[in-house]
Amino acid sequence: MKHLLSTEDLSLANAVRILDTAEEMAAVGDREVKKLPALRGRTVVNLFFEDSTRTRISFEAAAKRLSADVINFAAKGSSVSKGESLKDTAQTLAAMGADAVVIRHWASGAPHRLAATDWIDAAVINAGDGTHEHPTQALLDAFTMRRHWSRLAGNGSIGADLTGMRVAIAGDVLHSRVARSNVWLLRTLGAEVTLVAPPTLLPIGVEQWPCKVSYNLDETLEQGVDAVMMLRVQGERMNASFFPSTREYSRRWGFDDNRLRTLDSLGLKDTIIMHPGPMNRGLEISAAAADSPRSTVLAQVRNGVSVRMAALYLLLSGDTREPAATAGAARTTAANANAHSTKESH
Amino acid sequence: MAENNGTYLIRGAAVLGSEAEDLLIRDGVIAARGTGAATSPDAAGATVIEAAGLVALPGMVDVHTHLREPGREDAETVETGTRAAALGGYTAVHAMANSTPVADTAGVVEQVFSLGRAAGWVDVRPVGAVTVGLAGEQLAELGAMADSRARVRMFSDDGICVHDPVLMRRALEYVKAFDGVVAQHAQEPRLTAGAQMNEGEVSAVLGLTGWPAVAEESIIARDVLLAQHVNSRLHVCHVSTAGSVEIIRWAKQRGINVTAEVTPHHLLLTDNLVRSYNPVYKVNPPLRTDADVQALRAGLADGTIDVVGTDHAPHPSEHKECEWAQAAMGMTGLETALSVVQHAMIETGLMTWADFARVTSTAAAQIGRLSDQGRPLEAGEPANIILVDPAARWTVDPEKMATMGRNSPFAGLELPGKVVATFYKGHPTVLDGKLNTPYRHPAESTAGAA
Repeated sequence: MKHLLSTEDLSLANAVRILDTAEEMAAVGDREVKKLPALRGRTVVNLFFEDSTRTRISFEAAAKRLSADVINFAAKGSSVSKGESLKDTAQTLAAMGADAVVIRHWASGAPHRLAATDWIDAAVINAGDGTHEHPTQALLDAFTMRRHWSRLAGNGSIGADLTGMRVAIAGDVLHSRVARSNVWLLRTLGAEVTLVAPPTLLPIGVEQWPCKVSYNLDETLEQGVDAVMMLRVQGERMNASFFPSTREYSRRWGFDDNRLRTLDSLGLKDTIIMHPGPMNRGLEISAAAADSPRSTVLAQVRNGVSVRMAALYLLLSGDTREPAATAGAARTTAANANAHSTKESH
Repeated sequence: MAENNGTYLIRGAAVLGSEAEDLLIRDGVIAARGTGAATSPDAAGATVIEAAGLVALPGMVDVHTHLREPGREDAETVETGTRAAALGGYTAVHAMANSTPVADTAGVVEQVFSLGRAAGWVDVRPVGAVTVGLAGEQLAELGAMADSRARVRMFSDDGICVHDPVLMRRALEYVKAFDGVVAQHAQEPRLTAGAQMNEGEVSAVLGLTGWPAVAEESIIARDVLLAQHVNSRLHVCHVSTAGSVEIIRWAKQRGINVTAEVTPHHLLLTDNLVRSYNPVYKVNPPLRTDADVQALRAGLADGTIDVVGTDHAPHPSEHKECEWAQAAMGMTGLETALSVVQHAMIETGLMTWADFARVTSTAAAQIGRLSDQGRPLEAGEPANIILVDPAARWTVDPEKMATMGRNSPFAGLELPGKVVATFYKGHPTVLDGKLNTPYRHPAESTAGAA
């Protein structure tokens, strides 16, 4: 594992390893001195082509707790806004000696381009690309679910997966990188996923995904669910005929107060409510639901730092990295990855 | 090979893939074919080309080429693009109108036509824009382009769909006055806003905005009905879906005057390649599914699709070395078309070399109304001939191509078939698989009927 680009190709062993490492990292966060020397002298660049203060500061905190040097490169107000290409930006960062690039990009696949080309040799972590994937978000969601699921089972989290857990993911699946990354990762970890959305906000081809699909949130809740993850509805969808109005969306697909009560009446006392944030209170989630004891919203944020520490640690110094660490060997690895993707496509 | 008196004796070539025969070329025409060719008095002083094992075919005619000049000489010029064409086995190409300025006036099409004649590698037949500036608002001066020295017969806003149904109807009607054809880029614009790749299983996973098949098929369905209604001639560019093939098959059964083209890349590649996010696979219309590829092959074999058009679209490297969404759409194709079609159609047993001649030359010349291209290889016919080594195998290397574009989706693939020689107006533009010399046109005043 040289890069963390998607959860689609993340093996069960590597997924569990990241989650287990994140548990160790979480213990660091509970100490008085929240810092490890693991990445001292290493440089992590947060390369953000799209605004996301939350994700950026989460990665920044993670890198700093591992004693890495952190450079924040925001595309706005930089040479990128003057027309500099991704290639030139990557080569510039390579020349400066970046060991890892955490990239957030509005274009699906941009992290794959960095990883597959010879523009830069650093480890690439996808911090959200277009409507494709957001693997560290899915990992922090899985981390949060695993703690909950293990506690219910009366076991520790270490080494555990999510076998048997029923997870509903509701909202704008079509445009959601969070949903995609969660579907693949939760399948790998053994959970049973149901996507709930208006038909307009599901991609053509979703029937091939390893999950169930429903147009009806109430039916999904009635069938029993252990976690409900609500997805943010982006403002630009609201006037593009994906649904008639925000009120209708909220009534049919929002987690409102009635549905919060329904969980109680169905006897689903241990069901958690998740949201990747930032929330549209009153649209996809009601204030009461967001603030209820079932809500894991803040735990997700907290766990995000631990999971990102684990990812940085494993990619930059951990034992899942390819054995050879010289530049030449790493280039060979990238070339192999290329060959692999070509082969796959035939 | 040195210049001679313009006489070439091709010995023992399999004409259209059948039995070996001799062909004598003299003064720009086929002087003799068969047993008498070698002993004919016309053969005196001929340069002999031993062609045992080679297939002789009519020079290929591309109905769909982007030569980029004027305006984007950093991507391709008429000179470099037509060198690539000659090497690929072409003796005529139709240069699409989306240059800068757009080829929407007699002046621009005559410029492109003149550049083509000066280059001398192939016939360059400019395609005129249907609408002014490709803007889809008002008809360009189609008649002026038809009457110009370029004698334009094909009109297209290629790259952009003539989506206004009234404008499309008028264009179809108007070109009847000079036996023109409207070549439609079938893409419903509202259904494809921001589209990046074929909409389906792969786009769902990759999170790339989908280009649904229905956006092509709905326009084709509308256009064949319009062509029927006004009794005019429609050509459908780069058909890419199984549904489009079915609609065109239905239209032809009803006697509608429609022709259609398929690109080599749509005959071979699928949207699975997009999983690499490598923009060399970004093209419009997009690569589709394997079911579409099979339907396109069947359609080409049974005549539903009339011709192969390359949609050769060179781009400077910086337009492909970037994020997928930022990248330009298009692939080069002139120097790989023959090999890809041999691989996809002939080696699969779907077509013969005679069929190949039909879909790459004869039918294409008829669509473009090129009277001296796509002719039978018979005595008295213009000597636009290629010799192909069907047994050759080569690995595609874009760095070695004559086109300025390095954006070949076939890079690294081993393909069959190699163009050994190209005769354009009796002159070898390609010999031994390498560029020879261009044809030099006689004085301009006699050039009216190119």
